[in-house]
Amino acid sequence: DGVLMFQQVPLVEIDGMKMVQTRAILRYIAGKYNLYGKDLKERALIDMYVEGITDLMQMILMFPFSAPEVKEKNIDSIKEKATNRYFPVFEKALKQHGQDFLVGNKFSWADVQLIEAILAVEEKIPAVLSGFPQLQAFKTRMSNMPTIKKFLQPGSPRKPPPDERYIETVLKIFKK
Amino acid sequence: MAGKPKLYYFDGRGKMESIRWLLAAAGVEFEEEFLETREQYEKLLQGGSLLFQQVPLVEIDGMKMVQTRAILSYIAAKYNLYGKDLKERALIDMYVGGTDDLMGFILMFPFLSAEDKEKQHAVIVQKATSRYFPAYEKVLKDHGQDFLVGNNFSWADVHLLEAILMVEEKKSDVLSGFPRLQAFKARISSIPTIKKFLEPGSQRKPVPDDKYVETVRRVLRVYYDIKAT
Repeated sequence: DGVLMFQQVPLVEIDGMKMVQTRAILRYIAGKYNLYGKDLKERALIDMYVEGITDLMQMILMFPFSAPEVKEKNIDSIKEKATNRYFPVFEKALKQHGQDFLVGNKFSWADVQLIEAILAVEEKIPAVLSGFPQLQAFKTRMSNMPTIKKFLQPGSPRKPPPDERYIETVLKIFKK
Repeated sequence: MAGKPKLYYFDGRGKMESIRWLLAAAGVEFEEEFLETREQYEKLLQGGSLLFQQVPLVEIDGMKMVQTRAILSYIAAKYNLYGKDLKERALIDMYVGGTDDLMGFILMFPFLSAEDKEKQHAVIVQKATSRYFPAYEKVLKDHGQDFLVGNNFSWADVHLLEAILMVEEKKSDVLSGFPRLQAFKARISSIPTIKKFLEPGSQRKPVPDDKYVETVRRVLRVYYDIKAT
């Protein structure tokens, strides 16, 4: 139908646009709903944090589609990167400014992206936050924010961890 | 006090090249420090400059910025190459996302095994001619304007020109069948700042060669062949 500009999903119809490209969609939503900082420099910091977290989430995204024999190695990789590269950055940021939110003392897209990532990694490595007290407190704080709390409850549009059926469906639809 | 932006990367294209293009397009002079040794890289790491232990790193306006897309967005917004409102920004982000994906296939190319290089060459040409170029050809056809978004020069135009030239280096006649992209290429190439960047002696980097690959492998200690996805 010509609706997918680059023949890919996600597709989000929003404000009269047929948007594709995940980052573009996320940026638009963040900008529209004031979750993108108060100025260019805060936006830059949010972008840096979000891109880092996205790199970590990419490993989790690919995980269900990796071959069974490398899955354990991939979990180790995720654990290594989470605990040595990504989580320390946010632990340090929170410790240094002592504020509730990552950027500008205000709830932003960076906070949402981080809580999503923390929960996704915990599903693979339950004790991954041990050694990160600031992140543990952050996780609790974010989980209690009303909109997030609601999203974390059963019955919300939040999707469960990918299962066999999900993988099958994706592979079937994208099969050439 | 804001001096010139300073770029830390290898002496080659990689992920920094899009940043060089955008700064050049905006008419912004910049300095570069080239990573040649493992020691330089470790010094940067130990100094705490690399937020996620990775380059590109750009020192700009008192910030040590990492993450290519974050850096590009900042530059685009600062120099008014990001549209006039949220919706134009959304379009620019979408278009840049596409060219980014296309250039991603080319980015890893020098690090592939000889066998994978051949396959990847075909993938690049196929994706360019059946997925990406048709999309941009249609955008230009539908509005008939000189630039991709909002009848104004933007980051999207710079990024698309960069992508076109990179694909042409792989297959020189790849734009046959895309008359509007051919006209677009000519038009954007003659914008003064871009024209200057395309001339010899600019900070534009050449097609990656063996020396570049060697340097990256040595500095990052990445000695295996990357797998083409």
